[in-house]
Amino acid sequence: MTDVLDPGTEAEADAVPETTRADWSSDQEVRWCPGCGDYSILTAMQLLLPELGARREKTVFISGIGCAARFPYYMNTYGVHTIHGRAPAVATGLAMARPDLDVWVIGGDGDMLSIGGNHLIHALRRNVNLNILLFNNQIYGLTKGQFSPTSQKGKVTKSSPVGLVSRPFNPISVALGAEATFVARTHDLDRRHMQEVFRRAYEHEGSSFVEVLQNCNVFNDGVFSTITKKDVRDDMLIDLHHGKPILFGSEKQYGVARRPEGVVIVEVAEVGIEYILVHDETIRNPSTAFSISRLAKTPATPTPIGVFRAIDSGEFGRSVAAQIREVQAQMGRGDLASLLRSQPTWEV
Amino acid sequence: MTDIADAALVSEVDEVIIRFAGDSGDGMQLTGDRFTSASAIFGNDLSTLPEYPAEIRAPAGTMAGVSAFQVHISDHDITTPGDAPDVLVAMNPAALRSDLGTLVPGGTLIVNKDTFEERNLAKAGYDHNPLEGDDLAGYQVIEVAMTTITKDACKDLGVKPRDADRSKNFFALGLVSWMYSRPVEPTLDWIDAKFAGRDLVIAANRAAFNAGHAYGETTELGAQRVVVKAAPLEPGTYTNINGNTALSWGLVAASQLSGLPLYLGSYPITPATDILHELSKHKAFGVTTFQAEDEIAAVGAAIGASYGGSLGVTTTSGPGLALKGEAMGLAVSLELPLIVVDIQRGGPSTGLPTKTEAADLMMAMYGRHGESPMPIVAARTPTDCFHVAIEAARIALTYHTPVLLLSDGYLANGSEPWRLPDVADLEPIEVEYATEFNQTNEDGEGVFWPYLRDENLVRPIALPGTPELMHRIGGIEKEDGSGNVSYDPDNHELMVRLRDRRIASIPVPDVEVEGDADADLLVVGWGSTWGAITGAVRRVRAGGLKVASAHLTHLYPLPANLGDLLGSYERVLVPELNLGQLVRILRAEYLVDAEPLTKMKGQPFTAGEVQHAILERLDGMGGGRS
Repeated sequence: MTDVLDPGTEAEADAVPETTRADWSSDQEVRWCPGCGDYSILTAMQLLLPELGARREKTVFISGIGCAARFPYYMNTYGVHTIHGRAPAVATGLAMARPDLDVWVIGGDGDMLSIGGNHLIHALRRNVNLNILLFNNQIYGLTKGQFSPTSQKGKVTKSSPVGLVSRPFNPISVALGAEATFVARTHDLDRRHMQEVFRRAYEHEGSSFVEVLQNCNVFNDGVFSTITKKDVRDDMLIDLHHGKPILFGSEKQYGVARRPEGVVIVEVAEVGIEYILVHDETIRNPSTAFSISRLAKTPATPTPIGVFRAIDSGEFGRSVAAQIREVQAQMGRGDLASLLRSQPTWEV
Repeated sequence: MTDIADAALVSEVDEVIIRFAGDSGDGMQLTGDRFTSASAIFGNDLSTLPEYPAEIRAPAGTMAGVSAFQVHISDHDITTPGDAPDVLVAMNPAALRSDLGTLVPGGTLIVNKDTFEERNLAKAGYDHNPLEGDDLAGYQVIEVAMTTITKDACKDLGVKPRDADRSKNFFALGLVSWMYSRPVEPTLDWIDAKFAGRDLVIAANRAAFNAGHAYGETTELGAQRVVVKAAPLEPGTYTNINGNTALSWGLVAASQLSGLPLYLGSYPITPATDILHELSKHKAFGVTTFQAEDEIAAVGAAIGASYGGSLGVTTTSGPGLALKGEAMGLAVSLELPLIVVDIQRGGPSTGLPTKTEAADLMMAMYGRHGESPMPIVAARTPTDCFHVAIEAARIALTYHTPVLLLSDGYLANGSEPWRLPDVADLEPIEVEYATEFNQTNEDGEGVFWPYLRDENLVRPIALPGTPELMHRIGGIEKEDGSGNVSYDPDNHELMVRLRDRRIASIPVPDVEVEGDADADLLVVGWGSTWGAITGAVRRVRAGGLKVASAHLTHLYPLPANLGDLLGSYERVLVPELNLGQLVRILRAEYLVDAEPLTKMKGQPFTAGEVQHAILERLDGMGGGRS
């Protein structure tokens, strides 16, 4: 008794049933604005999960508030649409109580980096077994167009009519600053890339953080089109591959090299291929990954995507559960009558 | 060392109230705690009131740094730590100056006269030495050079004088133990166990304790020795327990009774933190404790764990409860079991973190946006915290709702003897989760509707992991039955009313009347005022007057018989440690002319204060004598 509950244990023995996208789609009408980038993320997820061999009943989507946070309603899995910013906290409790589940956290840039920033960094710091997807569209959509913590300096919005004076968070840098054990970026115009990154996030044990560059076609249309549109991608997206030199450009003519001030973009012909940085996701020190995350300050310059960091580290929930099991192995299961007599007693 | 050596010299009293006061660094809480334990083992009934400053190390010797522990021991059933101490132990001038006013006229004052030198006197704000002159006329003053004697006693043990100085609280404990004929072995055994491996500390503390005891025995204090006989307690096994420990154990018990793992999400806050400490020890019971990054994460994680099938609990005090408001509203909307524990303290804002108050009732009742009702239960004594924790879990798990449990700083830290319940007598808590479809869709397929309610309006819960019952829930308004997002106006009104009715109709036990049912005055209380109200009612009745009292454990929903009960008394008095919160609810709910008795000093009511208020009203009513 009083072990972690696992109502699906019996089913576990059976093979995972074959599923299709339809099995993972709920019966609810999707209500994002037509043309929203969220649609393609949803499609990517609904197509990917059958491939991963995931079980619908073991999958839970937890979200906060915002456009992105409606995501769980459209997945035929378990799901909780919580309150603004708190999804990582609720998901932490669920993941600790139920290590048998695949818990996904969905939120936007306002949800996870503004009101819920504290929960995000602590979930990443603890390395709770969560797959956290941050849909970054650099704007508040549900409240109709205020600047967000990722909006660019100078951005004109309803709440910054003469231009935003503060500088934005770089979500990847924030996650690496919290020493997240899995950090990646993808974008809503490349389903294959999204699915590859989501698959890696799913397979990673511990907190996986994925920034998805997502277009809000109503309040911030085209904010990433300078880097994510098909015709500019080759020159503007730096796709990271573990163990490979970091190269980009239509002819792979550009690369990333290490300099005393950090990593910089260079022309391969000028420095020689041997000076191009070979990407290593597994370096425990997050400094190099952080430096790579600083390459692009705005979507106007070449921007790294892919997996920045993926290291093995103790997962939080399992470590907490292991302490409980260890104590129980040493002392046996608690006995209530003995607990009540654990302080000095006397008889009357 | 003998116990009561010469019975002829020992007089009997039926109760005594002792207050140990000193600097925060003097170990007064420990001294009081040890005296309490020895008295408990001796068989007295007792009640304690620890009072300490919020600062961890206030400047030594100042009034701000005074820490005190009051204990009331008796040979009969008592309900409060006492109105005014009969004995005050003052370890320094600041303690004397701050606490002398509490001592009864003619009471015994024991001072460590070594500390009454110029610097300490100045720090306490004295421009003269109160031990000289008439300041203390009217008290029986016992001046003892505690520091000097303790250092002498430790001289040959190899203990440095500075370390010996730190043992002087054990001298005071030894002296008072002798005066009140306490058994010495429990304290000496405790010293050995507590300081195991630190032989010099054991030697010094033992020497100090024995020196204090011997001091009583060999000086002229002989005439002052008294004994408080054991109280006629019900037969059984007893332990001395404070409210926070009892509450923690109640939660462990609820976990065992329900078969659900206990999950505590908490953020450190006085005076609730001890529950986090206590539950963190009980991993053998499968308890998971999560020290969150903030109060909101603590309640959020508890909601997540509860959604996963654990018994989710979050513990806090007033400022934390304010922060949890939105998440509690989510739990109301999700209709998930959750226990929110509020150990109330002085407010508003940071207020008086270490002092007691009970001014969160309105926040508990109404402190969430929208119509978001939550059942509320409140503990009345330290030991009651155990039972109320189980009751909170029973309501939460039976009716799928978050429940507020109110305690306060006084109950949290105060202790009393507890006759241990037989674990077999504790009723199991039935928990049911859905495992099958409960509805058919248009295509004739089985589906699970998370908001299809039963006859008690309780919705079914299907835990994640349950095959086929995948569904989504959230804080957005849901369609009755299906639980799908709905903005329909009629549906919203229906859901608001359903949520309201299902909480309002949770059955709670009738409130019981104590004292004279046919009295003209009824005293209604909730929470920790029970002790003072009960003590006051007993005194008034012992004086030949009629009065009745009723105490509420369930504050929402209120007991069904409460309205009729209030209506059947000419006057209703409601003592509260706030400016009149329950009284407003009673007036609003039942249209009764109930009147408040309020106190906002960071301290509990004394029985005397409530007694005085009762007598004033009985006087004004021109009678009441039976």
